[in-house]
Amino acid sequence: MSTNVDTIRNLAEREYKWGFVTEIEHEQVPKGLNEEIIRTISAKKQEPEFMLEWRLKAYRHWASLEKAEAEPKWANVKYAPIDYQNIVYYSAPKRKPELKSLDEVDPEILRTYEKLGIPLAEQKMLAGVAVDAVFDSVSVATTFKAKLAELGVIFCSFSEAVQQHPELVQKYLGTVVPYTDNFFASLNAAVFTDGSFVYVPKTVRCPMELSTYFRINAAETGQFERTLIVADEGAYVSYLEGCTAPIRDENQLHAAVVELVALDNAQIKYSTVQNWYPGDKEGKGGIYNFVTKRGKCLGVNSKISWTQVETGSAITWKYPSCILQGDNSIGEFYSVALTNNYQQADTGTKMIHLGKNTTSTIVSKGISAGHGQNTYRGMVKIMKGAERARNYTQCDSLLIGDQCGAHTFPYIEVKNSTARMEHEASTSKIGEDQLFYLQQRGLKTEDAVSMIVNGFCKQVFRELPMEFAVEAQKLLSVSLEGSVG
Amino acid sequence: MSLLEIKNLRAVVAGHEILKGINLKVNAGEVHSVMGPNGSGKSTLAQVLSRREAYQVTAGEIRFNGKDLLAMKAEAAACEGVFMAFQYPVEIPGISNAYFLRSALNAVRKYRGQDEMDAMDFLPLFREKLKLLEMDEKLMNRSVNEGFSGGEKKRNEILQMAMLEPKLAILDETDSGLDIDALRIVAQGVNAMRSPERAMLVVTHYQRLLNHIVPDFVHVLVDGRIVRSGGPELALELEAKGYAPLEAEAKETLPAWV
Repeated sequence: MSTNVDTIRNLAEREYKWGFVTEIEHEQVPKGLNEEIIRTISAKKQEPEFMLEWRLKAYRHWASLEKAEAEPKWANVKYAPIDYQNIVYYSAPKRKPELKSLDEVDPEILRTYEKLGIPLAEQKMLAGVAVDAVFDSVSVATTFKAKLAELGVIFCSFSEAVQQHPELVQKYLGTVVPYTDNFFASLNAAVFTDGSFVYVPKTVRCPMELSTYFRINAAETGQFERTLIVADEGAYVSYLEGCTAPIRDENQLHAAVVELVALDNAQIKYSTVQNWYPGDKEGKGGIYNFVTKRGKCLGVNSKISWTQVETGSAITWKYPSCILQGDNSIGEFYSVALTNNYQQADTGTKMIHLGKNTTSTIVSKGISAGHGQNTYRGMVKIMKGAERARNYTQCDSLLIGDQCGAHTFPYIEVKNSTARMEHEASTSKIGEDQLFYLQQRGLKTEDAVSMIVNGFCKQVFRELPMEFAVEAQKLLSVSLEGSVG
Repeated sequence: MSLLEIKNLRAVVAGHEILKGINLKVNAGEVHSVMGPNGSGKSTLAQVLSRREAYQVTAGEIRFNGKDLLAMKAEAAACEGVFMAFQYPVEIPGISNAYFLRSALNAVRKYRGQDEMDAMDFLPLFREKLKLLEMDEKLMNRSVNEGFSGGEKKRNEILQMAMLEPKLAILDETDSGLDIDALRIVAQGVNAMRSPERAMLVVTHYQRLLNHIVPDFVHVLVDGRIVRSGGPELALELEAKGYAPLEAEAKETLPAWV
C-alpha cells in the first residue's frame, strides 16, 4: 500500500488553485459592529427606511444575545472563539456606483473572474447562463437582465431589489428565516451587504439557469450575503451558486442566509458548489462557512430541491431545509460533503412536514480523508396535520485512510401515525481490492481513487445541471487530498 | 527471448513465504497452465505477476518483454501488457461498465503513445467484443460488476481482456463458479484471443477448463515450487490420480528441515 499512500499524499499536497488575491481599492467601514456601522452600511446602500428598521431590530436582537451562550454549540465542530468586533462588515470595490455594461467593470475584477472561469463574458449568453457576480459585498455586474425582464423574471442583486422592488422584498424578507432564527442568521440580518434576488412570476418557466459566484477577497472581511428567491404560482427556476475565496492565514467568517419561497405548483431547484478556501494542511486559515438556508413550500404541489457539493471551508455548518407547508409539496436534499486535512463539516437538512401527502427525500454522501471530520445531521419532523407524509433518507459515508471520522445524527420526530419513514445508512472504506482492480486495468492511483469517489457520489451529481456536474467532479478530484494513515 | 521469464522467484504474503523459488519461461504464442492443490501458491504467482503490492517479493527476478517487471507498479505492468482476469471481480458502485472500460482502454492507449478513443470509435469495437462473449449490452450501463451473476462477472473479465489486448493474459481460476454454458462462452472468448503475439497463463484447480482451453504446457505447483512440467496429457494424469502422489514426491525430495 505504501506507494498508494504516497500518491495520495502527493495529491494532498496540491495547492489550493483558487488562492489568488486581487489588488483593487476597497471602500471599507471600520472594524467592529454597533448601531452606527449598521446605519452607515444602510446609508451607503441608500436603503429605504423599512430596511434600516429591520437591520436595527436584528442587530438589537443579536446584541442582546449572550455571545458565549447563543452561538450554536451543538454542532460537531471545534474552533477558537470568534471576535465579532474584529471583523470588517462592509467592503466594496471603490468605483463609480452605476455600471451600464461589462466594459465599465474594473479590468482587474474581470481578470479575477476569468481565472475563476466564471462565464461572465457576453459570449456565454450562448451557454444560456445568466450571472450575477458578487465581488466581496457588492454586485458588480448582472447580465441577461433584459432577456429575463421580457418574461417578467427579476434577477438582480439584493441591493438593487431593495431599490427597485421594495414591495416584494418587504413582503418576503425574513418570512422563511426570521432575524431571530439563530445567532448567525441574526448577525446576517443586521449586516448583510448584498446577495441575489430572484422573482419568477406566475406560470413562467425561467428559460436559463441563474447563476451567482461569490468570492471573498478583502482580508478580514466577513461576507454576509443574503439571497431571496420567490417562485410565484406555477413558476419554475433553477439557481446555481459557486463559491471560492483566496488564501488567507486568518479564518474568515461567512454567514449567509438563503430564503426560498415556492407558491402553488411552483418549483425551485437550488444547486451549490462550495469551494471556499479550506485552510492549509495543518488546518491554519480557511473559511468558517456558517450558513442558514431554508425553503418554504408554501403552496400546494410545490417543490424545493437542494443539491450541494461542499468541498471547501475550514468549517461547514449548514442545513439547507424545507418547510413542507402546502399539501402534496415535495422537499429534496442531495448532498456531497468532502472533508480533508483538518476540515470539519457538520451538514445535513431539516424536513418539516406540515401539509398532507408531503414527501421528502434526503441523500447524503460524506467523504472523509486526512484528519477530516464529517458529520451528517438531519431532522425529519412529521407534524400532527401531515397525513400520509413520506420520507426517504439515505446517508452514506466513505472513509479514506484511518485518521478521519464520519458521524451521523439523524433525528426523526413523528406526530402522525400515517407517516411512512425509511432510513438507510452505510459506512465504507475505499478498499485496497477496488484500487488494485482499477490499477490492474491501467488506471493511475489518483485516477482510481477519484473514480471510486465519483461513483460513490453519482446519485447526487446526477441532480446537478450538466455543466455543474462536470465541474463538481473535477473539483472533487482536486480536493481529494486524501491521506491514508 | 521469452516474453516472460521468471527466475528463482520467492514471495511472502502476510509474513508467510508462499513462493519458494519459481522458475518459468513463457514464449509469445504459448498457453501455459499452472495447476496445483489449494494453497500451493498459484494465485500468489498471478498476483505477483500483476504487481499487487501486498505480495512482497523477497528474491528472484521477472523479465517481461525484456523489462524488469518487479520494478513496475500495477498500473505500469497493466499498461505494458499484463492483464489478470480476477478470480473475484470487484464491484465499483456508481461507475458504468462502459465508462470504466473506456477509461481503462484510454489509460493503456495513452501509455502506449496511441490516441485516446472517443465514444464513436469505441462503440463498434466494444459491440463486436460483446457479441463474442454473448453479453447483453444492457450490462454495460450498469455499475461495474454490481449485481452481476457469477457468470456475468467472469465474462466481463474476458470482455475487458478482449478490449485491452494484453501481451500476457493471466486467468486466475476463471472457471470457478461457472456453469457449463458460461464455461464454454468464456473459453470461446479466450480461444479467440490466442495469437502468436500473445501468451496466456491459465491458473486452475481442475482439468475441466483445459478441455476447452487446451494448453501447450502444464506446470504443477506444490508448496511454492513447480514440481512437474509437461504437455496437456499431464493435466489428464492429474485428473485421474489427483495431486497426492506429486505432493508426496515433492516432500521426499525436500530436506527434513523445510
